[in-house]
Amino acid sequence: MSDKIGNVWVFAEQEGGKIANVSLELISKGRELAAKLGVKTEAVFIGNNIEKIAETLFHYGCDKIFLAESPDFEPFTVLPYADIINKLVEEHKPNILLFGATPKGRELAPRVASSLPAGLTADCTDLKIDDFDDKVNKAFYKNKLMQIRPAFGGNIVATIVNTWKDPQMVTVRPGVMKLVEPDPSRKGAIVKVKAQVDPALKILNVIERAQKEKSVNLQASQIIVAGGYGVGGKENFKLIYDLAKTLGGDVGSSRAAVDAGWIDHDHQVGQTGVTVRPKLYIACGISGSIQHRAGMTESGTIIAINNDPDAPIFSAAHYGIVGEINSVVPKIIKAYKAKA
Amino acid sequence: MNLSYLVFVKQVPDTKNITGEAMKPDGTVNRAALPAIFNPEDLNALELALNLKDRFGGKVTVATMGPPAAAEVLRQSLYRGADEVALLTDRAFAGADTLATSYTLSCFAKNNGKYDLILCGRQAIDGDTAQVGPQLAEKMDIPQICYVEEVLELDRKKIKARRAIDGGFEIVESALPALMTVINSNEPRPASAKRIMKYKKAKTRNELLTLHANAAYTDAEFLVKEEEELKQKGLWIHALSAADVKADIDRIGLKGSPTKVKNIESVVLKSSEMKKIEDNEAGIKFLVNELIKEHILG
Repeated sequence: MSDKIGNVWVFAEQEGGKIANVSLELISKGRELAAKLGVKTEAVFIGNNIEKIAETLFHYGCDKIFLAESPDFEPFTVLPYADIINKLVEEHKPNILLFGATPKGRELAPRVASSLPAGLTADCTDLKIDDFDDKVNKAFYKNKLMQIRPAFGGNIVATIVNTWKDPQMVTVRPGVMKLVEPDPSRKGAIVKVKAQVDPALKILNVIERAQKEKSVNLQASQIIVAGGYGVGGKENFKLIYDLAKTLGGDVGSSRAAVDAGWIDHDHQVGQTGVTVRPKLYIACGISGSIQHRAGMTESGTIIAINNDPDAPIFSAAHYGIVGEINSVVPKIIKAYKAKA
Repeated sequence: MNLSYLVFVKQVPDTKNITGEAMKPDGTVNRAALPAIFNPEDLNALELALNLKDRFGGKVTVATMGPPAAAEVLRQSLYRGADEVALLTDRAFAGADTLATSYTLSCFAKNNGKYDLILCGRQAIDGDTAQVGPQLAEKMDIPQICYVEEVLELDRKKIKARRAIDGGFEIVESALPALMTVINSNEPRPASAKRIMKYKKAKTRNELLTLHANAAYTDAEFLVKEEEELKQKGLWIHALSAADVKADIDRIGLKGSPTKVKNIESVVLKSSEMKKIEDNEAGIKFLVNELIKEHILG
């Protein structure tokens, strides 16, 4: 058994030369885990002509980047990416390997985990280093990665541990790990990786691609005014937009409002939407299911407006107003305009 | 065309009504205590397979790994149009994580037929991991097309499909055999009344034995005859053990699972100290003032 612990690795995801936010969140978190273990934070960065944006990863705490560049890596397909990651893992034996739980991360990580093979836990919402005393199997594991994730539609939270050899692999939900303040003076080493893609890995080809920008990026919002089923209809959402505009914020929603067709899915906060942590979250006519709360409970200040005094959202709120949206929201707009 | 499609489905607990008692002390799920349903996206995968059969011909096999009671999702697959079904059931499969599960499924797919296309739902609502599809594709050493919305073209050699990507879609072409994970993008056909009449009689050996619990030991000949009859009518649900699918015993179930559950907690909604604000001008004015004072509002 080797005593040396491997480093903490992050698969740094990029699209069209822009690094995914979740990858920066993972570098931030990875550095914290690495400090605890006394190891380095390193990234695997794959794409074409991406060296110029690589240094951003250093600013967030990455010490070394394994950079693989080839035209064969654009657009993203799973097999060439998995091949590079597999080879690097075999060679350098990281202790931990983190992926964002994005559509790409969620199809790439299991492919890699299966071939290593390694344990993989999906959609983690928290990570910690701790010991695992497995009483059932009478085994003790020191300094393992606690992989914390919701399951059963958010009704339970499970702590999972990988008991096989490293790497300990997880995908992590975007938006849940806090970004550190970037330090533009921070530097690191770039290791260029030979990126010869075997023709056998080009068995799947992308023929056409259509992508549009999200209509809103709630993860960057400081103020979110969110509407739920209690808003009562598509027209009534205008009030939610008015309040958001007045306060300089963005509009979010619960799943019920999206399912009702009142607002686009890009606005959805919660388990099947985005996870947000704004300074201020105003929940209007949102009952506050576990699934919704999973996406907004880390907000700085939460105001709940609901006509049902027993709505569960009130137990998550710092300020609660029992009342109709049509009555409360215009009063807030008026009061704020009188102040500002 | 003589194509063969294999759809993997899963019977899952309905996660809308779950309590803490649904978990066993070892942290695995106590499935017996929960209402069981056909995993929703697996129905989409089955629908896509049946749709491909309608358009291009071929044969649809549906398989599931689970306890004996999971035979129910196989009957439901027969009601909708599946040609053949198989139940992978063995105590040794229990407690499998996604790696052990994908290995077990790959044993069936490799050793019990030859398939051009493997389909499964993107993810199951009990774990929401979406890992088994890609892991199964890796074990089969075939390409994976994840998040498929529809199939545009199919022939013996290749497939062209449209799949969802972040903020849009992609059209990809892949050689066969391949694996697809399917998202909620089609309307699964309802069970056909005629097929229900026929296939509600479909049984596993276990179910046949249970039905004739008293006869099981006294009249084995009768059971053999009945089994033969069911087989001839296409009403036999194959039940396969770990040995039947030639699975390595060290790679299945808890033993073949690298991830262990350390502990499970029911989600306790945290209660914060809430200030109640009255719905009147004075109340709202107070609130806005507080927010400005605390620099939460500019």
